[in-house]
Amino acid sequence: MRRTFKAALGAEVAALALLTGLASAEAGSLKIESWRNDDADIWNSKIIPAFNKHYPDIKIEFAPSAPKEYNAALNARLDGGTAGDLITCRPFDASLALYQKHQLDSVDGIKGMDNFSDVAKAAWQTDDGKTTFCVPMASVIAGFIYNKEAFAKVGVTEPKTLDELHAVLEKFKKDGTYVPLVMGTADQWEAATMGFQNIGPDYWKGETGRANLIAGKEKLTDPQYVAAFKEIASWAPYLGSGFQAQTYADSQNLFSLGKGAIYAAGSWDISTFRGQAKFAMGAFPPPQPAGTTDCYISDHTDIAMGINAASKNKEDAKKFLEWLTTPEFATIYANALPGFFPLAKTPVKVEDDVAATMVGWRQTCKSTIRNSYQILSRGTPNLENELWNVSAQVVNGKLTPEAAGKQLQDGLDKWYKPAK
Amino acid sequence: MAEPISHVTAQMPRAKLAGLLLFFLGPAVVIYSLFSIYPLVATMALSTYTSDPSGARSFVGLANFATLLGDALWSKPFWNALGNNLIFFVVHMCVQNPVGIALAGLLSLPRVRLKGFYRTVMFLPTMLSVVIVGFSWNLILSPLWGVASGALKAVGLGSLFAPWLGLESSALVTLSLISVWQFVGIPMMLVYAALLNIPEELIDAARVDGLGQFRIFFHIKLPLVLPTISLVSVLTFVANFNAFDLIYSVKGALAGPNFATDILGTFFYRTFFGNQLQLGNPTMGAAVATVMFFIILLGLCLYLFLVQRRIRRYAF
Repeated sequence: MRRTFKAALGAEVAALALLTGLASAEAGSLKIESWRNDDADIWNSKIIPAFNKHYPDIKIEFAPSAPKEYNAALNARLDGGTAGDLITCRPFDASLALYQKHQLDSVDGIKGMDNFSDVAKAAWQTDDGKTTFCVPMASVIAGFIYNKEAFAKVGVTEPKTLDELHAVLEKFKKDGTYVPLVMGTADQWEAATMGFQNIGPDYWKGETGRANLIAGKEKLTDPQYVAAFKEIASWAPYLGSGFQAQTYADSQNLFSLGKGAIYAAGSWDISTFRGQAKFAMGAFPPPQPAGTTDCYISDHTDIAMGINAASKNKEDAKKFLEWLTTPEFATIYANALPGFFPLAKTPVKVEDDVAATMVGWRQTCKSTIRNSYQILSRGTPNLENELWNVSAQVVNGKLTPEAAGKQLQDGLDKWYKPAK
Repeated sequence: MAEPISHVTAQMPRAKLAGLLLFFLGPAVVIYSLFSIYPLVATMALSTYTSDPSGARSFVGLANFATLLGDALWSKPFWNALGNNLIFFVVHMCVQNPVGIALAGLLSLPRVRLKGFYRTVMFLPTMLSVVIVGFSWNLILSPLWGVASGALKAVGLGSLFAPWLGLESSALVTLSLISVWQFVGIPMMLVYAALLNIPEELIDAARVDGLGQFRIFFHIKLPLVLPTISLVSVLTFVANFNAFDLIYSVKGALAGPNFATDILGTFFYRTFFGNQLQLGNPTMGAAVATVMFFIILLGLCLYLFLVQRRIRRYAF
């Protein structure tokens, strides 16, 4: 309350005025911008030393911001000319906008880019797919992580269908020892990312549905989307008490303390749980709706790295990106951060068993990315933000699945006119 | 008797006077202009532009304001945020300031022991970081590990507990009360200082006339500290309409559930800096900031014309 906006804006203008022109890069040193402040240790103790074995002269500083503030801080620094040399790229439009503003260079000339499939690169390409501007690093997979001890105690096994999932949840509810399903709606994105986007691809057939949505051939009011909302709405009785005020951190704690049975998960949670949970964990892919045979998983291309167009040390930056395309980096990254899965074509052995299970789903299920990420979150209202709000409301019982689909489609219709 | 200062300056040579003014006022004017006036003017200028995907800006006049107030897509969240802001302000006016005044009144009683201790304890939360306050209250009120539900159960009111921060109906008032808890020390200290300035003779006279402490407070002290109370009110108004950090740290930029806790500050932040996949829109954000500025300005003008001019200060 005391610190006002005017003060904050004033301070920012002052900082920019002072720093503009004092660009940081000196020859032989690189600064990495990233939102993964949780990973600073791993970058400093494993990744950067491994790179320095090949290039001892290039000094690298990993300078992350908080995830929530990353986009805002990065944009301000890029506009003010004080951003680092290497920019960790969010997928799709956030990075595309940087490329269009000539703040990111094309990486097509980097050796080793042919080690990535087109799908892996899609998140960091222009809409026509001709130019790639970031080197893909990793994707994250959504699914469910469960407490093996809890499953053994109650006597249930991994559910394969949604009916089985409901039976398992019902058993846990009757037993009463564990919170059957761990997910909160206070931060809103959990309901969208670990709820809707987790079990949804089975309903809308992964990439097929996603492409149809972009092409305007499907609408979010169609039965497959409403059904996905109906499913997450049916989870409410199995969530922890007061889940409306349960934050993401609360969910993580609840599960890692062994008080929950099933956790609606992103694979990025694995490293957190490895550090805290004292029980054996397993993972199962999103259980399938009745009557479906093919399975789909949300295998979301999430993180990449590009070069700041204003960097004074592009030669060294390119050397680093080249190294990012190697199996050596992929192996270090996949194992230092279990749950972030490399996108390179060369296979990588994942040591962590839960992470290995999750990445193993790629063999049996078809991968898709979150349907709100490409193109559909370009306008106002922003589909991703809407999806957070709407999904949380559906789980809270404040919005019917039908109304949820309608609100999303109405919002999209306001600005998105697909070529038909 | 010393000469009045105006005579001194009147007799001074012009150049010397200008030099003196520059010496004493110059630095303040420069710093204030650079850090307060320039950003304000720059923000207003920015709000009349729009930018395309390549980052190029073009002048659009008042079109951003027309969009903000005329297009349902923008006006709906804007009025929602303004309404929530009013509730936020009303809670502060109805709870924070009366409680602050009451605490100051109690502290200024002649026979209270450990005054310094109470004063410090009640002022302490004001000095805490908002992030810590938000985090702590999130934990206290958490339905999973919070002490709130246990405390209510202990006094037999367990059924009253709800996940207050997560419900549309209660989230905003809960956050307002957390903010009240944090900042109640400010009206308390200001009013306390004013109460200490009241001459003892007045109080003694009232006591001789047979008034008790309660009536002394209401009939003698309170009217005398009214100017301070009105100052506190206007400070509260400005701070509340600029508020942002508590909501952001507890509920994030989407101010859930369903924008129930969205206030102008979070609305501005979302617009200006963007959120997740939504890219920031600096020109539209500047328009929101400009509207916020005018709302605060309007409030201040109303206060100055309707209240400040009527306040009479008592000189002793």
